[in-house]
Amino acid sequence: MRLAYYPGCSLETSAREYNHSVQLVGRLMGVEFHEIPDWSCCGASAGHTTSRLLALALAARNLALAEEMGLDVVAPCAACYQRLALARHELAANPSLWERVNGITGRPFNGTIRVKSIVEMLLSAGTEKIKSLVVRPLRGLKVAAYYGCLLVRPRAIQIDDAENPQVMEKILRAAGAEVVDWTHKTECCGASLAVSNEEVAIPIISRILKAALAAGANCIACACPLCHFNLDIRQAKAKRFLANYRPLPVLYLTQLLGLAMGQGERELGLEAHFVETRSILKMVG
Amino acid sequence: MSLDSQWEPKIVGFCCNWCSYAGADLAGLNRLSYSPTVRIVRVPCSGRVNPAFIIRAFQRGADAVLVSGCHPGDCHYVSGNYHARRRFLVFKRLLEYVGFEGERLQVRWISGSEGAKFAQTVDELDRKIKALGPNKKMRQEPPGFSGVKDHEG
Amino acid sequence: MKRIGVFVCWCGTNIGGVVDVPQVAKAASSFPGVVLATDYKYMCSEPGQELIVQAIREHRLTRVVVAACTPRLHENTFRKTLERAGLNPYLLEIANIREQCAWAHQKQPGRATEKAISLVRRAVAKASRLEPLFASTIPVTRKALVIGGGIAGMQAALDIADAGHQVILVEREPTIGGKMAMLDKTFPTLDCSACICTPKMVAVAQHPSITLYTYAEVEKVEGYVGNFEVTIRQKARSVDHTKCTGCGTCWEKCPTRVPSEFEQGLGTRKAIYVSFPQAVPNKPVIDRRHCRYFAAGKCRVCEKVCPTGAIDYQQGDQLIKEKVGAIVMATGYDLFEWEKVYGEYGYGRYPNVITSLQFERLINASGPTGGKILRPSDGKEPQSVVFVKCVGSRDPAKGKEYCSRICCMYTAKHAHQVLEKLPGARVYVFYMDVRTAGKAYEEFYLRTLQDGAHYIRGRVSKIYPEGDRLIVRGVDTLLGRQVEVGADLVVLATAVVPSRGAAELARLVGISCDQNDFYTEAHPKLRPVEANTAGIFLAGACQGPKDIPDTVAQASAAAAKVCALFSREEMAAEPTVAQVNQFLCYGCLECQKVCPYRAIEPVTVSENAAGKKIERTVASVNSGLCQGCGACTVACKPGAINLKGFSNEQVLAEVDALCL
Repeated sequence: MRLAYYPGCSLETSAREYNHSVQLVGRLMGVEFHEIPDWSCCGASAGHTTSRLLALALAARNLALAEEMGLDVVAPCAACYQRLALARHELAANPSLWERVNGITGRPFNGTIRVKSIVEMLLSAGTEKIKSLVVRPLRGLKVAAYYGCLLVRPRAIQIDDAENPQVMEKILRAAGAEVVDWTHKTECCGASLAVSNEEVAIPIISRILKAALAAGANCIACACPLCHFNLDIRQAKAKRFLANYRPLPVLYLTQLLGLAMGQGERELGLEAHFVETRSILKMVG
Repeated sequence: MSLDSQWEPKIVGFCCNWCSYAGADLAGLNRLSYSPTVRIVRVPCSGRVNPAFIIRAFQRGADAVLVSGCHPGDCHYVSGNYHARRRFLVFKRLLEYVGFEGERLQVRWISGSEGAKFAQTVDELDRKIKALGPNKKMRQEPPGFSGVKDHEG
Repeated sequence: MKRIGVFVCWCGTNIGGVVDVPQVAKAASSFPGVVLATDYKYMCSEPGQELIVQAIREHRLTRVVVAACTPRLHENTFRKTLERAGLNPYLLEIANIREQCAWAHQKQPGRATEKAISLVRRAVAKASRLEPLFASTIPVTRKALVIGGGIAGMQAALDIADAGHQVILVEREPTIGGKMAMLDKTFPTLDCSACICTPKMVAVAQHPSITLYTYAEVEKVEGYVGNFEVTIRQKARSVDHTKCTGCGTCWEKCPTRVPSEFEQGLGTRKAIYVSFPQAVPNKPVIDRRHCRYFAAGKCRVCEKVCPTGAIDYQQGDQLIKEKVGAIVMATGYDLFEWEKVYGEYGYGRYPNVITSLQFERLINASGPTGGKILRPSDGKEPQSVVFVKCVGSRDPAKGKEYCSRICCMYTAKHAHQVLEKLPGARVYVFYMDVRTAGKAYEEFYLRTLQDGAHYIRGRVSKIYPEGDRLIVRGVDTLLGRQVEVGADLVVLATAVVPSRGAAELARLVGISCDQNDFYTEAHPKLRPVEANTAGIFLAGACQGPKDIPDTVAQASAAAAKVCALFSREEMAAEPTVAQVNQFLCYGCLECQKVCPYRAIEPVTVSENAAGKKIERTVASVNSGLCQGCGACTVACKPGAINLKGFSNEQVLAEVDALCL
């Protein structure tokens, strides 16, 4: 499988370990990534909250670049994925807007390529493929799969049920992990308020952690740098809202897969996390 | 055929008994004045209006035809106006295709409570046809009169 | 040659003040076929009508044109005038020179007169092509079929039967009673639902004029108003009800327990069962899907214990044919399947999130908890109960666009009942609007507020378990902030939808449904209990969400319509119906496709062609079903179908006259 690779800003900075683990796991699974040359901002956060047109144009530019490569795009960051996929959908639904955006970017996007999230990419390879690559099954891990608000929304582009999705669970089970049934899979992590309004964001984070702990999870798997940032770094602040707090390591889905496929903790960047991940490694052995 | 300034269009209206005919009655009841150029034929349903009736009207010199029925979904006979809508959409295209002015055929939905809409519709059509001029293309001239020559002129 | 008389009315000054009436009459006298044209002050008055009668006799008129007000007003009046003069009433044509001339063109009297002349010319042209029409009669079988044995069906059946007619009541469940039998109390009076419902059930069963088929479904409907032939499938009960005494030994001993439909899954029943103790008939059926003997070939316990030998495992379905003259649809409603779409409320995975119908069973003294409000997960008494309204109603994204109409009131009732039965409990109601139109309804709602129910205006975005409680998160739009409420029990007021199979039944019977599969009434204002097919009537929630009083009212209204139909042995059919010229028809049956009344059927005719006898299929119109819309006439390619009273020749003559 050959895919155009859209890293986005986070994967170059705060989520470098996500970038590494995606590359590693992708390579093991036989995926060839071709980074989009001269990619730019996807149009998320500041972009799409201020101007719809700006957000669409930013996304369309990247889509056009990928289209020139003739490849479907994978965007590991859930926000990037959602912006690109939604832009593609919105343009297709509105021809006059599409024309306008193509005029703005100067690079006509024709809608011939698709946008995939990392979960879709993994699933399209098949759980059998994943199982065949597992050398160190994630026995003992009780994972709370956390999708956040973006990965399975909105309805127009959703890849799984928005209230009780199962795609990440399927992948994690294939890697030998136990997944917990929990209530806050697709709740907002508070990322967009984390900087500007921490008083609102921290209780939101604590509720997610509380639900994962109550379900008996010993770690959280996610597929979004923003979710990860919030749940990992701000766990220290959120824990004061939690009566029965235990540290809950937060890992990227691809880091867990990488572990199962025998990759080392250093390559996977597990030491980069704020919440200690050693407990997890010990369980997997 | 010369046009004197007194020319007034001749408009034949096919109105369904349940909605549009009642709407026309209401316009009168409310003393709404509208152009007297429209003359109504009462039919049970807009779905009863055969395109042949319309062709005949044009052949006999009508300058416009108005077909009016209940609003979609309100047909007294469940689905008659849907048949009419589909039929006249195609029929209008056919008229245009053969070179006839499609505007001369108007299909409208007017309910029994829409007296004002009836009056407006007639006035609007009257204005439109006055701007368009008389129907020359489909009119069958009385025997002995050369319609062809008229077109060439 | 036709002898046409034209009568122009002044209508006082209404017409005469604008239109030059004598000039119209004078112009009319020169139209082809006109032998008399005259005018009068008030044509519709007694002397005016007498003038017409005299003229018909004196001038031997064969067609009459009245130029007056709209035919919608006095067409029938003048038809009767013609009849009095011994003329066929359909030989009349009216020119509308009041509404469409005098009144609309008051400011242009000259143009109004000119138009009036044109309209009279049209009327004369049509009149000269009118043919006498005769209202046909069709026989009426004075026996009604009622489909559905809920409160609507029972009420309709009782009313029709009390009027002295035979009624067949078909119910697909093993008992009649419907949803009302499941309810605890009824708003706003709080009287016990069973106490007013079960006597009706008994009355139906004991009525000498009602034949009751339970556990039966309507399989086929043929025919038309007054003359339906219905096939009913009596499903195999596996119990011979002529032998069974309803002693109950069999269902006591039956080893198989399954969730009870009547208890909405909150309780169990046996595989051989009666739905509830007051069921009518109070005799069991075997649920073959769950019975051990039918599933595995072993058991036969019920057969062994039955003292009368009524168990009959070999019993098969039975088909019964009945002739009826009218059909009342009373198929009721079901609840919207919220478990399939409301993931934010847990997709039905949380046992303490229940529907309001389940709640009815919980508070019902004969329900699974004996009327104690206990939550399903652990049987504890809830201290905090949250009601969520509009689950599936008023939600075009996930459910239905419409308001289900009954939920505001029953939720107020539920809230009241919780506060009454569980002192100290907290009750929260999430609502979009509170709609309490109905006698004593608003008062009831206000009382619930005074009882202490907390009404929160906003939608619920998520329900999730935390420990052994549920957290209900929503928005309070009046405060403009999010709210979270801890709940021991959550009750969802789910939307009312047509009962399962309603659309298929509609097709079978030949009536239409709206976009939500509720049955469509013939006219939303003026014919609310008739279906668009003659002889079929609607009662209760199958036509749209309705509470009990409205349902009973509509059922009685439908019964009154049936009785009106049954008041005579024959009914007159409007003669303005379609007619097939079988010589021109080549049997393509395009007409059948556009007929909304299923009035057109193919028939085989045999004829002689070149000395040989051949058989051909042609269309034939059932004048009992035809409503005279004329859709078929336009669909007919060879022009074989014509509409009496609005024939092609008549309309074309009118067009010609108007274009002169």
